[in-house]
Amino acid sequence: MSNRLRSLALSLIGATAFVGPAFAVDLDITCRCVIGGVNSGTAEWIENSVIPAFEAANPDINVNLNQFGGEDAQLTQQLALDFSTGAGPDVTAFDGFLIPSFVEGGLLKPLDEVAGAEVNDWSGWAALSDGSKALMQYQDKYYGIPLGTDVRMIHTRKDILAEAGIDADTWQPTSWEEILDAARAIKKIKPDSFPIQLNAGVAMGEATTMQGYWLALLGTGETVMDENGKYIVSSQGILDTLNLYKTIYVDEQLGDQRAQLLADGRNRSFANFRDGVTALLFEGDYFYRSVTPEGSEFAVANRDEVMGWAKVPAKEPGAGIRGQDFVTISGGTGFVLNPATDAPKEAWALLSFMNEPEMQNAFQAIQPRITARTDIEIPNSPFLTETSQTLLPLTTARPNDENYNVVSAEIQRMTEAVVSGELSPEEAMAQYKASVIGIVGEENTVSLL
Amino acid sequence: MTTEPIIETKPKRRVKNFALLSNRAGAMFLTPAGLLVSVFVIVPFFWVIFVSFTNRTLLGSTALNPEFVGLANYFALFDGSNFFQRGQFGFSLILTTQFVLASALLGQALLGLLLAWLIQTVPPAVKRLTETFVIAAWILPEVVIGFAWFAFLDRDQGTLNALLGTVGLPPGDFLLQQPFWVIVVFNTWRGAAFSMMLFSSAFSSIPPSYFQAADVAGASSWQKFKDIGLPLIRGHIVTDLILITMWTFNTFTPFLLTNGGPSYRTELVSIYNYRVAFNDFQFGKGAAVGVIMMLINLAFALIYLSIGRKKKVR
Amino acid sequence: MKLTLPAFIGRIAFSALAALIGAAFALPLLWFLFAPFNARAELGLAIPDPWTLSNFVTVFGNSFAVQALWNSLIQSVGGVILVGAAATLAAYALSRSSLPGKGAVTYILLLFSSVVSGSAAMVPIFLIVSAAGLIDTHLAVILTFAGGLLPTAMFILRDFIDSIPKSYEESAMVAGASPVQAFFDVALPVIRPGIVVVVVWGFVNIWGSFLIPFILLRSDDQMPASVAIYSFYSEAGTPIVTLLAAYSLIYSLPVIALYLFVSWKFGFRFFGGIKA
Repeated sequence: MSNRLRSLALSLIGATAFVGPAFAVDLDITCRCVIGGVNSGTAEWIENSVIPAFEAANPDINVNLNQFGGEDAQLTQQLALDFSTGAGPDVTAFDGFLIPSFVEGGLLKPLDEVAGAEVNDWSGWAALSDGSKALMQYQDKYYGIPLGTDVRMIHTRKDILAEAGIDADTWQPTSWEEILDAARAIKKIKPDSFPIQLNAGVAMGEATTMQGYWLALLGTGETVMDENGKYIVSSQGILDTLNLYKTIYVDEQLGDQRAQLLADGRNRSFANFRDGVTALLFEGDYFYRSVTPEGSEFAVANRDEVMGWAKVPAKEPGAGIRGQDFVTISGGTGFVLNPATDAPKEAWALLSFMNEPEMQNAFQAIQPRITARTDIEIPNSPFLTETSQTLLPLTTARPNDENYNVVSAEIQRMTEAVVSGELSPEEAMAQYKASVIGIVGEENTVSLL
Repeated sequence: MTTEPIIETKPKRRVKNFALLSNRAGAMFLTPAGLLVSVFVIVPFFWVIFVSFTNRTLLGSTALNPEFVGLANYFALFDGSNFFQRGQFGFSLILTTQFVLASALLGQALLGLLLAWLIQTVPPAVKRLTETFVIAAWILPEVVIGFAWFAFLDRDQGTLNALLGTVGLPPGDFLLQQPFWVIVVFNTWRGAAFSMMLFSSAFSSIPPSYFQAADVAGASSWQKFKDIGLPLIRGHIVTDLILITMWTFNTFTPFLLTNGGPSYRTELVSIYNYRVAFNDFQFGKGAAVGVIMMLINLAFALIYLSIGRKKKVR
Repeated sequence: MKLTLPAFIGRIAFSALAALIGAAFALPLLWFLFAPFNARAELGLAIPDPWTLSNFVTVFGNSFAVQALWNSLIQSVGGVILVGAAATLAAYALSRSSLPGKGAVTYILLLFSSVVSGSAAMVPIFLIVSAAGLIDTHLAVILTFAGGLLPTAMFILRDFIDSIPKSYEESAMVAGASPVQAFFDVALPVIRPGIVVVVVWGFVNIWGSFLIPFILLRSDDQMPASVAIYSFYSEAGTPIVTLLAAYSLIYSLPVIALYLFVSWKFGFRFFGGIKA
């Protein structure tokens, strides 16, 4: 009898337990991240910090992380297909520069349109810097919450600079010529080395445009797009930039030409820096944060001693964009909401929860980075603190334009043509001009020469 | 269309207009395949044809409201001002044609033919071993193959250069210096198994009495190959060429080795198509590329069939 | 049989040439015999010192990657069963019935399928699967592959069946069998080697394919090994050579096993070849 009662009681509990999840909401979150693989920190943070804390605070919401380790373009395609059919994850990591083309394609909606006006009441907005908010903004509307931003600089091998008789601790070039001079000095004592790495070529994709071409072009006082929203397709700045590439990779072999051309060239450039073949490498803080730490594949031995950094100088002092002496550029990622999510309120709850100080601090504990929130400290990372304070005031953003993606591919092609020695800077620029006109139409371009 | 192999000396009698299956049973047998092919091949095919006349993209405003643009995508592909530039359609098209001629016709078909002939006569152990490696190259997953070749060709550590070093040859920087020949050799290696298997089956269906007669007459291996083997498998050669041409035209695997580079020097049409459709998300233009590729495949198939037929008449 | 001296030398030369070509085919794969068992493997060919299974231990610790092998198996087996069955029936009908237009249909479908294998067709396929509510299911992948592989499978099998004399079934029917009985009891056993060829070819195709499962699947627990292999890429997006080598070997074993099994059990060859 008691046994029967007990089983009845158990089945009742079972039944209520079964009813419980019927009211529960399932949320999916996606990022290009794999624990132990690509963007491991992000994956660990979501899986081990965000999800447990969020589910504890919202017992009737289940969150599931979909990890993906392939390429960015593949994830972009998947998201675009999903959003066009009303499917897909409720919340997803998203690169800010894709927002215009997604919005124009009807694939993203402003946050307050998806989740209601309460979005605008979120306390976190006030803590985000204007610059970082702009990363997830298009035509004055917010499409997501930025997670973090980055800055770009020259990473240096102090040990090699010292060998070439340069005081590495104070070395701060103020012109392109000073960078080249340092590289020549290194090349002289190490003829087999490739002192400079300034990304070029098609294989590196956006890393060529962001870490290579832009950093040089901004130093000539120009950008890719003028203030009227027209692409600059012919100018002295483009020519100067291409000539810099030519000097580095063709005329003086100060850089590793093969690393720009091979499919796995970017990794070769990292390996070059690790192995001391390259001493001056143009990259984002990502290089410090994710590529060179102890234990990773391209870990630089004794990093605190031998690695330093310098600001990227303009071609000549004062010749940079807005008359600056030094230049840098920032990109950023964040998370957006699926416009067709079944549970907009819950999805927003998750998105905003991730961006509360508590969760952001948890992320910082896993992997320190430059956050979008101004009220989050960068823990115990003098490098990130110093570079963000120095460089964020100097920074520039990529144009918010739906064609930027395709124009960027043409830029990569133009640099590759020069770096491989196949075309002269003038010829490569002419080809670029023709291609960009073909993409955006002549009326959306401008020639300054 | 069909060359009946002469199986017995007695001419085979074809029963005209007698079908083993009634039309009704035939239709029934065709239904499952018909349904699957309709949904996953025919519908997408007509979608592609239709989209090739629009400016549809995946992202941006033309994703929402694609416009009918007539033949604009085709004209853009055949734009004379940059047609032959690297990274443009014309360059890819010519490159792909050379790639097909070199790696499918000369490479796979010829090597397959040679292998098929060789393994008819060699001891079973050699035959087994050779066959296994050739077929392994064909059946292993492409990610694995891509990575194996990448390691194989690496300039500094790769097996190939290590091997060249042991016989005193200078190392090569193959992926950068001879990217085209790398993908030609690669595709030959990857696909020769199919031709080998097809031809070896064809050879073994030739009655041994033919060859015995030739042996008695003192014919050399080459003579037997040229005068008995080759003429009798002509129909199979046509089939083989149709299939491997189509596969080579559409192959994407070289991308895993070279990413289409350096400087687009190995950007085959399939890789160009991928770039247009997946990186630039221009589906209208990508669809037009697909249609042109199909027409070229059709042209190749017709040429093979007509050659096969002409020879048969003689 | 007596061999003359030149003929004997010729045979040795033939054997040597065949062995040489075989060796050339094996060379690029040599690396995979060693690297998976080397805890410090790099791109270079090196004999492991010591031999170790530690790479495999790490790989098997990744539950996503292990599950993915199982998913690959479900999708490949499901796909080839469908392709094999549908293609056999269809090819038989095309060969043995007098349906109008049957002559050109395999060629036309073959050309169509060449267009659809291109990237642009991913959109309609996605939309069709999505409309059927099958996104993120094994069935979606199985059906899509079955449809896409069928034209070629039919092309191969049809020729196969054409080369089998009709007299086989005719005599069965004279003995009183229905056409359907004649197909199952008489024709099917004779066609079997052809079906085996199509099954192996289809299996290899599905097993290695990345794009279709990637477009049609969403959750980790559905993804096949061709997608999961990317979890052995490092933070910097570079392959972790040791783990990738070990996983590649595991990932390759099923296709090798299938081939060896089939060639031992049925003999793997195109019976009579396919001809136009």
